Amino acid sequence: MANIEMDGKALSVPDGSTVIDAADAAGIYIPRFCYHKKLSVAANCRMCLVEVEKAPKLLPACATPVMEGMKVQTRSPKALAAQKAVMEFMLINHPLDCPICDQGGECQLQDLAVGYGKGGSRYQEEKRVVLNKNIGPLISTDMTRCIHCTRCVRFGQEIGGIMEMGQIGRGEHSEITPFLGHAVSSELSGNMIDLCPVGALTSKPFRYKARSWELKHTASVAPHDSLGSNIEIHSKNGTVLRVVPRENEEINQCWLSDRDRFAYEGLAAKDRLRRPMIKQNDVWRECDWQYALDFAVHALQALKEKHGAQQVGALATPQATVEELFLLQKVMRGMGSDNVDFRLRQSDFSADAGLQGAPWLGMAVAEVSKLDSVLLVGTNLRADHPLLALRLRQAAKHGARVSLLNPLDDDLFMPLAAKAIVSPAAMAETLDQVRRVLAGETVSGDAQKIAANLQQGESKAVLLGNLAQHHPQFSELHSLAQQIAAACGAKLGFLGESANSVGGYLAGALPAAGGLNAGAMLNNAPKATILLGVEPEGDTYNPAQAMAALRSADLVVALSAYKSPTLLKSADVLLPIAPFSETSGTFVSTEGRVQSFAAAVKPLGEARPAWKVLRVLGNLLALDGFDYDSSEQVRDVALTGAVSVKLNNTLKTLKPLSKVTHGALQRVGDVSAYHADAIVRRATSLQTSHAAANNARMNGALLSSLGLCEGVLIKVSQGEGSAELKAARDDKLPDACVRVAAGSAATATLGGLFDEIKVERA
Amino acid sequence: MLSSESLIQIDREVAKYPPNNKQSAVMSALRIAQIEKGWLAPETIEFVATYLEIPAIAAWEVATFYNMYELKPVGKYKLTVCTNLPCSLMGAQSVVEYLQDKLGIGFNETTSDGKFTLKMSECMGSCGEGPLLTINNHKMRVQLTPAKIDEILAGLE
Ligand code: SF4
Ligand code: FES
Repeated sequence: MANIEMDGKALSVPDGSTVIDAADAAGIYIPRFCYHKKLSVAANCRMCLVEVEKAPKLLPACATPVMEGMKVQTRSPKALAAQKAVMEFMLINHPLDCPICDQGGECQLQDLAVGYGKGGSRYQEEKRVVLNKNIGPLISTDMTRCIHCTRCVRFGQEIGGIMEMGQIGRGEHSEITPFLGHAVSSELSGNMIDLCPVGALTSKPFRYKARSWELKHTASVAPHDSLGSNIEIHSKNGTVLRVVPRENEEINQCWLSDRDRFAYEGLAAKDRLRRPMIKQNDVWRECDWQYALDFAVHALQALKEKHGAQQVGALATPQATVEELFLLQKVMRGMGSDNVDFRLRQSDFSADAGLQGAPWLGMAVAEVSKLDSVLLVGTNLRADHPLLALRLRQAAKHGARVSLLNPLDDDLFMPLAAKAIVSPAAMAETLDQVRRVLAGETVSGDAQKIAANLQQGESKAVLLGNLAQHHPQFSELHSLAQQIAAACGAKLGFLGESANSVGGYLAGALPAAGGLNAGAMLNNAPKATILLGVEPEGDTYNPAQAMAALRSADLVVALSAYKSPTLLKSADVLLPIAPFSETSGTFVSTEGRVQSFAAAVKPLGEARPAWKVLRVLGNLLALDGFDYDSSEQVRDVALTGAVSVKLNNTLKTLKPLSKVTHGALQRVGDVSAYHADAIVRRATSLQTSHAAANNARMNGALLSSLGLCEGVLIKVSQGEGSAELKAARDDKLPDACVRVAAGSAATATLGGLFDEIKVERA
Repeated sequence: MLSSESLIQIDREVAKYPPNNKQSAVMSALRIAQIEKGWLAPETIEFVATYLEIPAIAAWEVATFYNMYELKPVGKYKLTVCTNLPCSLMGAQSVVEYLQDKLGIGFNETTSDGKFTLKMSECMGSCGEGPLLTINNHKMRVQLTPAKIDEILAGLE
């Protein structure tokens, strides 16, 4: 610790901290533009000049380390004069167009100009003008306003992992730009909007929608991955206009993924369901709640009478809240059925019997940044878990060894210590090789290297990603990962797929006494099936099969926020429910953190929070225990007792490695990031950003052996279903694999994510 | 994109730095690329960046920072005349006028046959021998007089 004096206050601050850190900790405000606590120090704006005793000149507080006995004055006449002079320089070329600038009201330059600027400008000459850049559908640019703090540049280099913006030219001719007309493609790009202290980079979807002071702020939790990122929903007149991060050092820090930031556009999609609808004689018509509920209840009861309770079942999206999932399973169990599940994209449930708790990350999110060695198994990490990727990137920067066992080799923007890129069918076998090396055997190749990396370091983890969890040999991968973790002293963890992948377990929304799991129900649907927020074409392991199964059911009651075309085909009753922004609820994140949130806006039209709909359904079905007054009451019943004891990744019984036979070509069906759930599928700006591109990718060898070339239209088919996609070349893919991402309408007709696939010229 | 001779030269520059610091060779690599191509087209910059495993924008930053890198095509011979004080005292202005007259172009212009481009520069650190110019950044000609200029131009094929 160093003892210093700042503005007359005696402070004791950790050695190595800078004057600006010390000031921030002591609540003394030093003006700044280029400094940001999560970025490296550039010290290029000079706004933070302070006076330090015995120093001949003023020093930039952000780049000056504290020293024992240092005496700093942040507001002495000399310091203030310098800060004001810097401000005057800053405003020379900055347009004074606050009234038409979207940043107005939340602009650091505007704020500081009030404190340090003059009433008028002495500058009479012409101002400089910089052409705007088109950097994609998410970020709007107004580069004349740029003050060259280089925060956006450093963000790319240090946080995003790829430098997409740079400063070209010199002096007066400096410009911030991406390389020649490139759009920024980072899945974290929206953070540059927050970082930019002026109106140079602003949100394109939010452009000219509202002034910051008109917005109502509601604290909430991001629903698009399992991290539980803290967000703030900004709304005006009952419409969500934007989403920004709410700082939480233990979870998302100050960052937010583009998916969590821009998916809100899907909340206002044209096909939002506003009124209940029923289908009679194949004709859909709108009706009131009473009628729809009576219809649903009578039909449910009649089918139960006729076929027994085991012909009643329910499926839910893992994006549903704990309250909703709890009440859904309660309705099912009240009706005497154990058929309920939320693991819609899982295909192998054989480990269920061995589970001793809810699979979870196995550690706190913050611990991920401190890992020394980690093995990632089956994950499209940047797409599925953008902020966990960021944490791992930080760990890798500090020397962590990251290994990857995966069918995909997309750039993770971090150095990999070892990797084995193999077909889905070979994943379990390769993982078994790693296990064998750790057990003392020698094998050749990548597994040896992966094992060697796992043997180093103190804090280690084996993490199973979405691809592993959707994999047809999930239970084997789980068993092997468990053995590997045990052998090298690593933690075993799951990168939960969705907002409530852990919460669903805690709420009991899965079969407990021999009932049907999601795989079984989506193969052969119960005669009467309730869907909660499920879009079978995009949310399931095998969309073609799921749609056929639902169509063959006698009754499908769908609680949905959207009037999706497939539900119109397969359902009989549509009940409009509120998405997360319009209801109170709770998510349990992948680290087991319970986070409740309130509704930001009122439900659209006649939509109602799903927990209320399920409560009414329970009452109309004359079931006991549906007299909750608030979602908090539901939550307290659903989550009694400590959560931590209910989290467990260890299987009681291990599943032995099986021999797999597979067809000539295997599909690698990752879920495309911007098609992962019903809301984001409808977020128009994300859809036009290039990450949404959908084609059939394979390596050059496979392309030429099939007589195809890049860019041609091909027909891919699985079973009955087929789709026409463009062929694309990706030499990083393993042999005999065709990567066709799932989730979008283009691939909704296809079958299982990792099943056999056929390719021919269209 | 670049000839194997250029790549060999770039490799030699890369070898001067620790293995993980390929990017340190970016200035040399751009210089070598410019010698081969005459100027740095965006594709050339991108190629150099990819070769050094750095983002294209990072190489572009460097290429735009220093003005001896040419970002637009120039003539076969780029003549750069120093116009700073010591050279001016020694008659740089008349050298410039003579060159402009003779070639029929102004600064930053190229003769219609694509042979010569005229540029002005800051001090080249050889003030004792002014007025002076460089040819394609690499050859310097000093103590210029009209006769000497004629001779230099005649020698450039
Ligand atoms: S665009 Fe914004 S963040 Fe980037 S350098 Fe300019 S002012 Fe800074
Ligand atoms: S904040 Fe210190 S120089 Fe910019």
